[in-house]
Amino acid sequence: MAIAIAVIVLAVGSVLFFFFSPWYLTPLASNWGAIDDTIQITLWVTGAVFLAVNLFLAYVIVRYRFNKRRRSQYDPENKSLEIWLTGLTTLGIAGLLAPGLVVWASFVAPPEDAHQVEVVGQQWHWSFRFPGEDGRFGSAHNRFIDERNPFGLIDDPVGQDDILITAPHLLLPVDRPVKMVLRSKDVLHNVKVANFRAKMDMVPGQTSYFWFTPTELGEYEIVCAQLCGIAHFAMRGRIEVVEQQTFDAWLAEQPTYAELAERAPGSPEAGEARYTSCAACHGAEGQGNQALNAPKLAGLDAWYLERQLELFRSGARGTHEEDIYGIQMRPFASMLPDRQAIADVAAYIETLPERPLQASLDAGDPERGARRYRTCANCHGQQGQGIRATNGPRLAGMPDWYLERQLQNFRQGIRGRHREDPYGNQMIEMAQVLVDEQAVSDVVAYIMTLPQPGGEMAAVTSAAREE
Amino acid sequence: MADHGQHSVPHAPAGEFDDMELVHPKTFLGKYVWSQDAKVIAIQYGVTAIAIGLVALVLSILMRLQLGFPNTFALIDPASYLQYVTMHGMIMVVYLLTALFLGAFGNYLIPLMCGARDMAFPYLNMLSYWFYLAAVLILMASFFVPGGATGAGWTLYPPQAISPGTPGIDGGILLMFASLSVFIAGFTMGGLNYVVTVLQARTRGMTLMRLPLTIWGIFMATVMALLAFPALLVAILMMLCDMLLGTSFFMPEMLNLGEQSGHEGGSPLLYQHLFWFFGHPEVYIVALPAFGIVSDILATHARKNIFGYRMMVWAIIIIGVLSFVVWAHHMFVSGMNPYFGFLFATTTLIIAVPTAIKVYNWVLTLWRGNIRMTVPMLFAIGFIFTFVNGGLSGLFLGNVTVDVPLADTYFVVGHFHMVMAVAPVLVVFGAIYHWYPKITGRMMDDTLGKVHFWVTFLGTYAIFYPMHFMGFAGVPRRYYGYGETAYIPDSIQTLNAFMSVAAIIVALVQLVFFYNLVRSYFHGRQAGPNPWQATTLEWQTEHTPPRHGNFGAELPVVYRWAYDYSVPGAKQDFLPQNMPPEAVEADDAAPRRSP
Repeated sequence: MAIAIAVIVLAVGSVLFFFFSPWYLTPLASNWGAIDDTIQITLWVTGAVFLAVNLFLAYVIVRYRFNKRRRSQYDPENKSLEIWLTGLTTLGIAGLLAPGLVVWASFVAPPEDAHQVEVVGQQWHWSFRFPGEDGRFGSAHNRFIDERNPFGLIDDPVGQDDILITAPHLLLPVDRPVKMVLRSKDVLHNVKVANFRAKMDMVPGQTSYFWFTPTELGEYEIVCAQLCGIAHFAMRGRIEVVEQQTFDAWLAEQPTYAELAERAPGSPEAGEARYTSCAACHGAEGQGNQALNAPKLAGLDAWYLERQLELFRSGARGTHEEDIYGIQMRPFASMLPDRQAIADVAAYIETLPERPLQASLDAGDPERGARRYRTCANCHGQQGQGIRATNGPRLAGMPDWYLERQLQNFRQGIRGRHREDPYGNQMIEMAQVLVDEQAVSDVVAYIMTLPQPGGEMAAVTSAAREE
Repeated sequence: MADHGQHSVPHAPAGEFDDMELVHPKTFLGKYVWSQDAKVIAIQYGVTAIAIGLVALVLSILMRLQLGFPNTFALIDPASYLQYVTMHGMIMVVYLLTALFLGAFGNYLIPLMCGARDMAFPYLNMLSYWFYLAAVLILMASFFVPGGATGAGWTLYPPQAISPGTPGIDGGILLMFASLSVFIAGFTMGGLNYVVTVLQARTRGMTLMRLPLTIWGIFMATVMALLAFPALLVAILMMLCDMLLGTSFFMPEMLNLGEQSGHEGGSPLLYQHLFWFFGHPEVYIVALPAFGIVSDILATHARKNIFGYRMMVWAIIIIGVLSFVVWAHHMFVSGMNPYFGFLFATTTLIIAVPTAIKVYNWVLTLWRGNIRMTVPMLFAIGFIFTFVNGGLSGLFLGNVTVDVPLADTYFVVGHFHMVMAVAPVLVVFGAIYHWYPKITGRMMDDTLGKVHFWVTFLGTYAIFYPMHFMGFAGVPRRYYGYGETAYIPDSIQTLNAFMSVAAIIVALVQLVFFYNLVRSYFHGRQAGPNPWQATTLEWQTEHTPPRHGNFGAELPVVYRWAYDYSVPGAKQDFLPQNMPPEAVEADDAAPRRSP
């Protein structure tokens, strides 16, 4: 009896839960209302079958409960009943399948007038490429990817006007069908925006695609929907659906492959003059000054310095009210007039001699920190040497008081929260791994045990040995 | 065709296998450790599988702790989380469910229910278990190597399974490959045994169409496993070559955290095809034995023949065959040529027809029955409810268009846990309560059994049903944390905490089951040879528990199908399969149907 009641309550309750729970499809923002329709059809059909079977089951349990004086009906087969049930089920299944296949036929065939965007996945970032004025993508291949050619473009005249977007932020014009051409630099990824419904895996060594038409203006989060390693959950991006004019203006600002290739590298000589204003706090040799809360700069890579200076300058860093020292840094960064000035000063800092540092804190346990650090190592390197491909800056040789403060800031969202700081966003997610202040101290204590300048020598020789 | 009761062929066809000579060991070790008795091997399989299953259960609780209460436990970092996900999945699917249904139930029940003295090749059978144990130990060792177990997901997709950025790419993944290879070798020994025994060692009169559905389910699952596991074996061996020998079966030109990997020209999708050519049949390798066992539990405890026996057998066979042509429904959004979607959605939805027929026939078996609400019956009903839910959600994922937004979300997690985790596990429990009296000679405690059932049944539903709604909301799976995801409402976090609490309760109540298992062994009520008044041969043995050789001096002769319950005109409400027609007492007491 109890089981009959349980079956009824669960069956009816499940259906009611569907109607009253706050969790359902995200608001639709693309043309794929047809996908939602197929979901609706499936819900109605399966919901009816679910109720019918379970309520009949409950009825049978009650009606034919044990009775000493009754015997079961001996009824091995009932051909007509079996044929009826098979027939009805087949019809129901066909009714579900048919609309599914019809919608699929349009899903696999992008419209002729769709414009194209290439989405490139890598551990754990997104980047994008537009075909430029000729409407054709230049050839690209993973084999040609290096630091100066992150998209792996082949020397192809068609590719010169391709527009490259390295930040994981994409704008799309509203009401224009778009074919997303997908590829991956490393492992599998899947570019997913819940509101668009459509998604597809990106597979290294081949391209895949899907298409949709954004129909609602707004901002949508990209998540990765195919397990891609340790920071899978933090592989985020953003698509803004805007009016055509806004899109055109934005696209015109983005650099083409040819423009990027022509950009002059930073000049250390020009940077040296600009560095004088930095030297007051950070020291003449970039050695840092704890009393002034100025971190060591020597040893940091130019790409990381450039990015941080850009963030300070644009207000994406150093604007949170609790980031006292970041706020102090902002006006100095704003003194740099343009991108070239930033590149110059970063290039100069790269030439500064690096000297090893002593630990100034002793609250952490490096052995416990070693285990915490295995998460960090994926982007910042086993030796904390920094990995450009993952946008993870160098940690080894940086002052512990600075690392600890930054980790605390990330944990609390004081640094990295700004929407124009995608790698900071990501670092907020990752810093949550450090569950308390002790964990922060431990991991910083471990980082202080990593080889400093001498360690870099060791890394070089081991790399040389591999070659 | 099936012979129903009185319509049975009067003469029994000869058995196809000579009575075998058994090795009767004299020492304790020979009897209980290096045993060649299928029943002892079954217990060894069962205990090992449940022990390793407990490890996987603990892993699932660790995952639930992280999801329910994120950033609370310093122990659980993203690498550990992925390792828990991977090991939980692989252990539960392969090392627990496959081993339990085929190794434990298969070994115990095939010889007894077919009327054989033992498996066809007892020595090979013993070897099969020791290979399995070795596979389990190798797998456990992977937790303790530097870098820990692999965190590639139980599907072990390349390139990430062997590329930096994934935990366990040093030792863990190698031990996973090694363990699976040993498991498959061991399973092949056992599997050939089961197939040969069912085909060749049935006793006189036991035609294929008189076999209990339990045996049909296990038999078909074994045939499928023998065909499917080799695909997994070659896939992992090819990946091993990619990893160690520099081949590029699955590895294209790609980067390892910024450095060129040196591979060239491989196809990650090729692996996925091979994996799911194994992986989809694997679902039914777990499900078909459960289908069979639940059919027998329902018939026995409802005192009624299984409804539509022939249809049930053919449904098992058709499902088995079809399950080899649906694999790519796991790959609708994998980046394979999307035109495959038409074919695989169609085959997938076709398989729903025989599956639905099985559900109807289970319910119709209860219909006009006389249902004894025993603990096995409770679990069987719990199975039907859970399986109906999981089967129906499969119609979403199998239908290619509907799958697109739901793939890789918690909808998938909810679906497959309903259909191939909770449902089969409910059958496992039902089967243990059902056959425990035969295995030990004592009954398990009813009250404890009911507590165990109710908490497990309701608790698992509370964990997995809401997951479907998280899937609708687009919450991706295999995420260590959700942090600030704009479109995921905060209420999802509350839901996650609720599900985690439910999971902890369900895990704890399993202690009641184990207590019952141990206590009943010493203090349970004496069961007698046939406490459920069942018809199948294992209940008709001379001794309970059955001794080595199963039956007495003579093997039983079978006169009827396995479902002669409540046969009109017979005094007893069940006619054992080996009861000769002349021994059936006419029912004088009951009023005649026609005056």
